[in-house]
Amino acid sequence: MSLDAMPPAAGAAPAPAGSGSRALLKVEDLQVLFPIYKGLLRRQVGSVRAVDGLSFEVRKGETLGLVGESGCGKSTTGRAILRLTDITGGRVELDGVDVAALEGGELRRMRRRMQMIFQDPHASLNPRMTVASIIAEPLDEHMALGRKARQARVGELMDAVGLREDFASRYPHEFSGGQRQRIGIARALALDPDFIVCDEPIAALDVSIQAQVVNLLEDLQKKLGLTYLFISHDLSMVRHLASRVAVMYLGKIVELATREQLYASPRHPYTQALLSAVPSPDPAREASRERVILTGDVPSPANPPSGCRFRTRCPVAQPRCAAEVPEFRKLEDGRQVACHFAE
Amino acid sequence: MPLADGAPLSRAPAADPAGEAPVLEVDRLEVVFDTRGGAVHAINGVSFSVRPGELLGVVGESGSGKSVTMMSALDLLPSPPARRTGGAIRYQGRDVSSMGPKALRKLRGGDIGFVFQDPMTSLNPVFTVGYQICEPLRAHLGLSRKQARKRAAELLAMVGIPSPEARLDDYPHQFSGGMRQRVMVAIALSCEPRVIIADEPTTALDVTIQAQILDLVRDLRHRTGAAIVWVTHDLGVIAGIADRVAVMYAGQIVEEAPVAAIFAGPRHPYAAALLETIPDVEGERPERLTTIPGQPPILRAPPAACAFAPRCAHAFDRCHAQNPPLADDGTGHKAACWLRPETVAAAEAGEGAR
Repeated sequence: MSLDAMPPAAGAAPAPAGSGSRALLKVEDLQVLFPIYKGLLRRQVGSVRAVDGLSFEVRKGETLGLVGESGCGKSTTGRAILRLTDITGGRVELDGVDVAALEGGELRRMRRRMQMIFQDPHASLNPRMTVASIIAEPLDEHMALGRKARQARVGELMDAVGLREDFASRYPHEFSGGQRQRIGIARALALDPDFIVCDEPIAALDVSIQAQVVNLLEDLQKKLGLTYLFISHDLSMVRHLASRVAVMYLGKIVELATREQLYASPRHPYTQALLSAVPSPDPAREASRERVILTGDVPSPANPPSGCRFRTRCPVAQPRCAAEVPEFRKLEDGRQVACHFAE
Repeated sequence: MPLADGAPLSRAPAADPAGEAPVLEVDRLEVVFDTRGGAVHAINGVSFSVRPGELLGVVGESGSGKSVTMMSALDLLPSPPARRTGGAIRYQGRDVSSMGPKALRKLRGGDIGFVFQDPMTSLNPVFTVGYQICEPLRAHLGLSRKQARKRAAELLAMVGIPSPEARLDDYPHQFSGGMRQRVMVAIALSCEPRVIIADEPTTALDVTIQAQILDLVRDLRHRTGAAIVWVTHDLGVIAGIADRVAVMYAGQIVEEAPVAAIFAGPRHPYAAALLETIPDVEGERPERLTTIPGQPPILRAPPAACAFAPRCAHAFDRCHAQNPPLADDGTGHKAACWLRPETVAAAEAGEGAR
């Protein structure tokens, strides 16, 4: 494939995922609050605590899965890391540079290294632009390529994601959902990024098409040494893709562990409930397994419960959970859990 | 009146479903959409039936015709563009298409309840939830305003909404997604339907909320004895609740079987491939996901050959020449594939009869 001809990104030798490789992205105490204004004078009366003190790192060449239910702040986290949403507090370090503090031209230069694949391939592609101009838009924005070079690069990218080059002058509506997502992926790859936030990239696709896109993402990762933050609510797909998984609830990470640890023995009561709620395509197991069915709904992030945020739905909550915020601590096996009682 | 005040919703408990006559039958249904680009043959001879107390799962990808089948069964498709070109739908043995508008209205929302996919767009935002639950109660059962309100509160309590009395006066936007879907279930149940058609009822919900709704349906099914047709693209959901499963592809049922049989040994290559593509949260984790190459077809003409043949790894000459009929192997496991002896036998018998 012609991607071998791509200029390699600085130090993009495909590093094996694992504890040995260094962190490419370091997030420390990230906070994103959305103000709530009320009354005639539009005074700020409170804030929606969408992301409230997240700390994690993504190692070079790995895929970190970020899972949680809708409204838990996972998409906001992804957008904040790329500075698509204003950060209220905390640090976001990409390769040692604090992205949260960058402004203007410096931030613009940094944007080349971090890209995003969006959820809805129908909404994220401009219907009035051809495929070629969609894929070339980041090139025009950040690089001054000649007409020939630009065309060659677009062809290369289309080839890399499995689209035929002669489709370059077509419009998005002429493509199926899976193909449209490939266009979005080609656009994200255009500037040779190191780090890509995949925000529910397969949620809008049909089951038989999901697997095609997931396999493509894996192939590209291997070939280009990409690092992914894979945001999803689909726990089974995250199990397939991610080497480590972070589980979010109401703006906080409740558990961060390797894939094997998390799926084999979840420690946080929320992770346990979440995993037991995923229906399994096996009638025998469905009939026999124990379910933890959570009662109620997720509380409002504008007014989160005191202490542990999960305590209002937690099956094992104690008085202590209302009084004390559980520390996000490391257990013996290396995983991190925010629960007073996890061992 | 069937609804004594405060009486629990119950009919005969779900007995052995196999022994009873089907309550809803769809027989060789064909639907065509007239679009600007020409006719699209969305449904090409779909037949299925459900018995009282039975839950039939209908699975397929988007565009396979699952929703269109259900909408067409209740004559809910706008015409034009939709046109029913063949087949019959029978409710308790009576042909639905021969019913007058009045009888049809009685059927919809009365004897047959419908739960739609998106609770945000199928509830009216300018009316209170109480009003919307009372509407079918007053129209179908002729309850007074007061009786209907009382019954509505009971229904909300039954689907697990806390402080139901007070919530009747709330508007749909004041409910969360899961709660709204519970309201939809309450409306579908309001007139003690004998059949409930649920079209992707949990697709828009989070997994923990989906688990709550699935639990609710398992429970209600045993309490009310209604037949349920559950349309979804999620095989995991089907595995947990269905008695029988029908797999749809390109407007046809390609396989139909008891749930355990189909998950243990799918016979149609499409059903088998579909099961292989989905990862699981337990068990073996494959290095690479199996994919089905290509995409579902858009049928400009009724399928003359097997519609899955272009994507099928096992396709041979006959697949590209002749459309396989859905045939039963004698155990209730039906498949429409030329690799199956029962399909070949059924085709020969059909030709002989002709």
